[in-house]
Amino acid sequence: MDITRRRLLVLLPAAAMAWKYVLAGTPEAAPNYKLTEHWWGMLIDITKCIGCGSCVRACAEENDVPEGYYRTWIERYHVADWKIEKPEVESPDGGKNGFPPHADDGGKNFFVPKLCNHCVDSPCTQVCPVGATFITPDGVVLVDKSYCLGCRYCVQACPYGCRFLNPKTRTAEKCTLCYHRITKGLTTACCEVCPTGARQLADLKNPKDPIHEFLRTHTIQVLKPHMATGAKVFYNGMDGSVR
Amino acid sequence: MFKDIEHLIRLAAVIALALVAFVILRAAVVPLSFGQYGHYRGAAIGETASRPVAFAGHDTCEACHTDVVDQKKLGKHVVVACEACHGALAKHADDPGSVQPTKLDTALVCARCHEANSAKPKGFPQVATADHSGGLACDTCHQPHRPKIETAKSETERKK
Repeated sequence: MDITRRRLLVLLPAAAMAWKYVLAGTPEAAPNYKLTEHWWGMLIDITKCIGCGSCVRACAEENDVPEGYYRTWIERYHVADWKIEKPEVESPDGGKNGFPPHADDGGKNFFVPKLCNHCVDSPCTQVCPVGATFITPDGVVLVDKSYCLGCRYCVQACPYGCRFLNPKTRTAEKCTLCYHRITKGLTTACCEVCPTGARQLADLKNPKDPIHEFLRTHTIQVLKPHMATGAKVFYNGMDGSVR
Repeated sequence: MFKDIEHLIRLAAVIALALVAFVILRAAVVPLSFGQYGHYRGAAIGETASRPVAFAGHDTCEACHTDVVDQKKLGKHVVVACEACHGALAKHADDPGSVQPTKLDTALVCARCHEANSAKPKGFPQVATADHSGGLACDTCHQPHRPKIETAKSETERKK
């Protein structure tokens, strides 16, 4: 077949379309992992947290979190018994290097580790104008770096303050629940290093996961339940003063 | 009835052309996997999952370091994962020969958890390190993998 000018004009766009399909191979990271068989969340036992900051350091190392930004952090609460509605909260360096000794002037003192709640009805994914952030079929809220415009709508929308704009990539960033680990059968970096078991990764679709027994037998709370975000980070032993 | 409709045909042709141009442009601009699971690029899930891990996980450590596992089983530190103190060592697990973990400074590592703080749970063992050891490294007396100091009495109790 002779390639005439007319034929070339028809062939070129067709070849361009075909090449696109050749390039669009999905990187298959975990071949045995089925998206529909999991529903991820986390359990945080405040009565066990010692504020050592291991989770914050591990998260930064595992995920290359830029200095001064945190995908998970620890807050230290001091609640005096005469002003429950105004707790003193501090989080020096996100609790990365632990907490300085504190004068115990009565009242309650405890640590609250925080991270993305991987909400089922998350405000952050609802406000994204380009579909760059989304909840996966296995219940993890992720950001598509190559689609994010850096408009910061999601940073403002998150009621838990879990998002930030990466100063290098200028795209929104947040906890991925160590998606690259949990899809390979590992636990998250923060749960891996937690020395007291205060943080536990939970697969709510796995009937053998001890989370079900724990949720049945303990008083569980999520952060800001009145906002109806469908948060999937469950807290045990959380005081009512925690915001 | 259909006299002088040439201008209508031209208009229809322009609209049809614009429609074709829109369809082609849309196919070229929107990624293939967009809409695979929802209003987002489905391939982004695989891209996030393909990141390499930094922490190997305690199962990987325990495959080789069985002597340490046996030591830890005798004490309370059995629940503490190796990388909680030793740091991220997936590179060491991949290539144990050339990537070696550094020796830990026990005065720093132990204090991270065991320095006294009023916000820590009351049952958790805590010390004010300055008073407790007077600057001595913790592993002068304690064996970090099995930290309880075994006196002759507790040794016999354990054997019973």
